[in-house]
Amino acid sequence: MTAGMATGAGGRTVVTGIGLLTPNGFGLEEFWQATLERRSGIGPLTRFDATRYPARLAGEIDGFDPASHLPARLLPQTDVSTQLALVASDWALQDAKVESGGYADYDMGVVTANACGGFAFTHREFHKLWSQGPDSVSVYESFAWFYAVNTGQISIRNGLRGPSSALVADQAGGLDAVGHARRTVRAGTPLVVTGGVDSALDPWGWVSQLADGRVSHAVDPEHAYLPFDTHACGHVPGEGGALLVLEDADAARHRGAHQVYGEIAGYGSTFDPPPGSGLPSGLARAAELALADAGVAAAQVDVVFADGAGVGELDRAEAAAINAVFGPRSVPVTVPKALTGRMHSGAGPVDICAALLSIRDGVIPPTGKVTRVPAEYRIDLVREEPRTARVSCALVLARGRWGFNSAVVVREALPR
Amino acid sequence: MSTITIDDLNRLLTEEAGGTDNGALTSELVDTEFVALGYDSLALLGIATRIGKEFGVHISDEVLFDLVTPRAVLDLVNGVARETR
Repeated sequence: MTAGMATGAGGRTVVTGIGLLTPNGFGLEEFWQATLERRSGIGPLTRFDATRYPARLAGEIDGFDPASHLPARLLPQTDVSTQLALVASDWALQDAKVESGGYADYDMGVVTANACGGFAFTHREFHKLWSQGPDSVSVYESFAWFYAVNTGQISIRNGLRGPSSALVADQAGGLDAVGHARRTVRAGTPLVVTGGVDSALDPWGWVSQLADGRVSHAVDPEHAYLPFDTHACGHVPGEGGALLVLEDADAARHRGAHQVYGEIAGYGSTFDPPPGSGLPSGLARAAELALADAGVAAAQVDVVFADGAGVGELDRAEAAAINAVFGPRSVPVTVPKALTGRMHSGAGPVDICAALLSIRDGVIPPTGKVTRVPAEYRIDLVREEPRTARVSCALVLARGRWGFNSAVVVREALPR
Repeated sequence: MSTITIDDLNRLLTEEAGGTDNGALTSELVDTEFVALGYDSLALLGIATRIGKEFGVHISDEVLFDLVTPRAVLDLVNGVARETR
């Protein structure tokens, strides 16, 4: 790997642009206002008639019209998840004001995570295969389903030809992507677009999510996804995510970047021990690895953005992991995704954005509609209203199905 | 077997691969290369399948990728159509 810029290899990695779409916010500031005001994006699933399915609530992005954001050529070859990812990356690059020609194309990479692939697109093409035969299947099915397609389409659309990759680790993957993007920047690529977006709300995608066994069957949107609550009853699937522009801090300064949201200061990931081994989850170890990577002591962390599975056993395990690292009730914990549903690879990057805005605004968002936390969890869950607090360092946690644990440390940028 | 027109080709391309980067494919663009119109090899594979179904002309992959303009496609399909009439 060669670096076009001589500056900063191995140095600090900062976020200079954000593009975000969630069920409760079409854009970063709309999301943040909704999050602070506890406006939920969870409601009845409308993409198809779900009345005969056991779970009928989802976090949908309402009214998304891809044709008003993307050229006609891209529409027949992209799943809705890719369309959302392309819009988010457009917004992130605009937000960062990356001038065309500011970097050479090989100095800009793309690292995204994806957990679901292109479900709705593939469902449509499978239907054509069964009803009309193989000649009727779109040629674009060849890549539209694929986990790496968001990385590829973002790269092509924006001429980002540097080191690029795609990661798949369910909900943990979004943090893995940001961690690997930071690694890519530190290895000498000054700018990497990173994050994750998922959507699987067609009937096939929906039953695939239900097979997980952790999806809430509740019918009241206010009480369907209550992470860490006494009445936790599973999670609500959501769609969306965020793309970030990550830059080497010196390179960003050199090009005159107009803003820095904060620093991606540390990253760690672990696998859980085999089921039935009796050993604890690897989540605490992922958190400790990320803190060590950042050179941050637990006492310096101002808030934890938790994974928040919304399943009693998993909430208890996460509370235990947080207590193992920080001690009981020693750090504020929050789960803003209680208002969006779990967005798979999109969740971690959105939590990173929320952490960056917590740093910016000095406020910790509340955990959706959660009110009662079991005393045995011994965590200080921020709930019912935002909490004013100086935030200079945040830990973001995410877990993926089948034992993935990831953690990212977000820190305020050094004064310039 | 019917002949294929530029309007047919425009319809097939739009349905399979989306509209061109510069509006509808009309006779003025008949000699513009597909690449310049924003269409890649997958788009051509897509319309080759559709042409086989709608116009009964099979275009092999080897021949297909030598057809770099809309005119080349029209001439090939209509030539075969004439021969078999």
